[in-house]
Amino acid sequence: MRRTSGRRSARPTRRSITMAVGLATLSVLAACSSGGSSSAGGGATANSATQNGGGAVAGQTVPTAGLPVLPKVGKGEGQLNLIAWEGYLDPKWVKPFEQQTGCQVNAKYAGSSDEMVSLMKNGGGGQYDMVSSSGDADLRILYAGDAHPVNIKLIPAWKDFFPAFQSPAFNTINGVHYGVSLQWGPNVLMYNTKDFKTAPTSWDVIYNSTYKGEVTVPDNPIQIADAAVYLKKHQPSLGITDPYELTQPQFQAAVKLLAGQKPLIEKYWSLASQEIFDFKNGNAVLGAGWPYQVSALKAANFPIGTTIPGEGATGWADTWMLAAKAPHPNCSYRWMQYISTPKVQAQQAVTYGETPDNKLACPIMNQLAAGSCAEYHANAPQSYFDAISLWKTPLATCDNGQNNCVPYAQWVSAWNTQVK
Amino acid sequence: MLWRRPWARATLLLTPPLAWFLLLYVAALVVLLITAFWQINPFTTNIERVFSFGNFSQIFSSPAYRNIIGRTVGIAAAVTVTDAVVAFPFAYFMARIAAPRTRTILFVAILLPLWASYLAKVYSWLLIFTKGGVLSSILNVHLIYSNWAVFTVFCYLWLPFMIIPVYAALERIPPSQIEASQDLGARTWRTTRLVLFPLALPGIVAGSIFTFSLTLGDYITPLLVGGTSSTFIGNIIYSNIGVANNVPFAAAMAMIPIVIMAAYLLGARALGAFEAV
Repeated sequence: MRRTSGRRSARPTRRSITMAVGLATLSVLAACSSGGSSSAGGGATANSATQNGGGAVAGQTVPTAGLPVLPKVGKGEGQLNLIAWEGYLDPKWVKPFEQQTGCQVNAKYAGSSDEMVSLMKNGGGGQYDMVSSSGDADLRILYAGDAHPVNIKLIPAWKDFFPAFQSPAFNTINGVHYGVSLQWGPNVLMYNTKDFKTAPTSWDVIYNSTYKGEVTVPDNPIQIADAAVYLKKHQPSLGITDPYELTQPQFQAAVKLLAGQKPLIEKYWSLASQEIFDFKNGNAVLGAGWPYQVSALKAANFPIGTTIPGEGATGWADTWMLAAKAPHPNCSYRWMQYISTPKVQAQQAVTYGETPDNKLACPIMNQLAAGSCAEYHANAPQSYFDAISLWKTPLATCDNGQNNCVPYAQWVSAWNTQVK
Repeated sequence: MLWRRPWARATLLLTPPLAWFLLLYVAALVVLLITAFWQINPFTTNIERVFSFGNFSQIFSSPAYRNIIGRTVGIAAAVTVTDAVVAFPFAYFMARIAAPRTRTILFVAILLPLWASYLAKVYSWLLIFTKGGVLSSILNVHLIYSNWAVFTVFCYLWLPFMIIPVYAALERIPPSQIEASQDLGARTWRTTRLVLFPLALPGIVAGSIFTFSLTLGDYITPLLVGGTSSTFIGNIIYSNIGVANNVPFAAAMAMIPIVIMAAYLLGARALGAFEAV
């Protein structure tokens, strides 16, 4: 020991200082790059280690469909472990829930649908109770056997839901519920009202060359479904019935439409903030987006218009899904009961710019923010819902019982190789 | 006493980092390599552990993926060369001409941006590039959402990582060698080319490892400032790991920069880059 400290006592020279600075920079860098690669590797490990083929066959049944549901809600377990989108567990509505039920909410925020699917692997691992997953991930969680059937009779507010969200295809299979719908939003056509005096009546404006270089659409393979919605109307000979269940010819037609759209695109946006930026700075004058961007631009007094054109639109919808191995089922049911009530639905809708699933939420939304009910279409007629095709994971199995639909992995590769 | 034995001390010192390295880094890479040869079941999207070259043949048979690899490597190489050309005179000035005080100021100027968030810097460039931003309104140059924008941002982001090793290499060259060259009648250019440059080369190669590998692995800058044809290898990996759950394909794609970097590092070692730092 003494030897080393003796060696260290020499005063560092200027050169050794600069070398040290250089080395420090280099080691930070090395840490950065190795961190990147090892996390990629780690991700692969986590997925492959927990994911087991398990002899699952193309017939596609939900492995957990036969599990018994809770007959009645008992005493709370005192804890509730939730996987949620950032901000879905706001103290505004979580605190009163904890006080009412004695269930302490422990939040785990996920950054992507994929992360939610990973966290829910093995039925939530006996650790997590519920996840606020979106339609593009729901079926993966269901068919992996990670969700538990839910006794919907125990959720009183469910009967006040808009019919479209009571038993939607993304969380209810063969009449078995695996959770309770939460909120939703459409993917609307946004346009700068300086360039458009009247609202466009067709998605045509983002597919023809009039607005070349001024269009922005999401950087997401699920855009193929948007193209399918358009083609359903304009090329009826393709016979598209469900934009998420496309046969090879239908799929190729949608991809071809998007490939033709590419030269018109200024930017495929990946983050909501990017689209807001591009509208504000004039990089784009029209495009596909969410009501969230519309509200943000309106709040900044930007001349933004929004419409759902005649062909209809796609939309996303979130569900609180129950984990197959939820350790706190009673608190989970209490959470589902609570989160479905009009007041909490209204609070979350106003806070995040979403549309509530409970039709009684409308007047409360207006109390919280004047005009918000109409702004987010929480009072829209049935025809409005009929115009929206809600996201669900594209699978190889179609509703027609055949296995000739294009699965999502091919959507991704087509988006990357044929469209972009 | 244990610490009197050099082997015991070496064991104590090396065990934690070695364990970290082997368990978290090498093991992860091996798993990545294995995963790349698996497939996913199109119906269940579950991973099927059956060995096949399917992912690789998909990558190499598709012109689109080949384009993406070519674009990623091409831009990484262009960024490296540009940064080397910019860094050399800068580092030379710092190492041989600047007074100690100026040198300190320059050092701070190089290192300070490293303290700012990567994202903040990329977003600042977005403001420069955008319609109505500095470049388009004053110089009438429209770079936003293009590969030129990606290239410019990368050159900016990684420049310090080139300057520092080049500076370290230049500073190490004894003044006597330059004087000897001048005494023997070589002019500035000849001295630079035949004395300075070869002696600084290991530093340049060391810096290029960073500029090249950092560009090769990045996907956020192309995502934020890139255009409709700015997809990088990293973006493909990211989009396949998402909801698609095609981890085997993403792993296969991730092998490509690893192989490229392995070849690059072997070349760099041959040029003496690892003796430079």
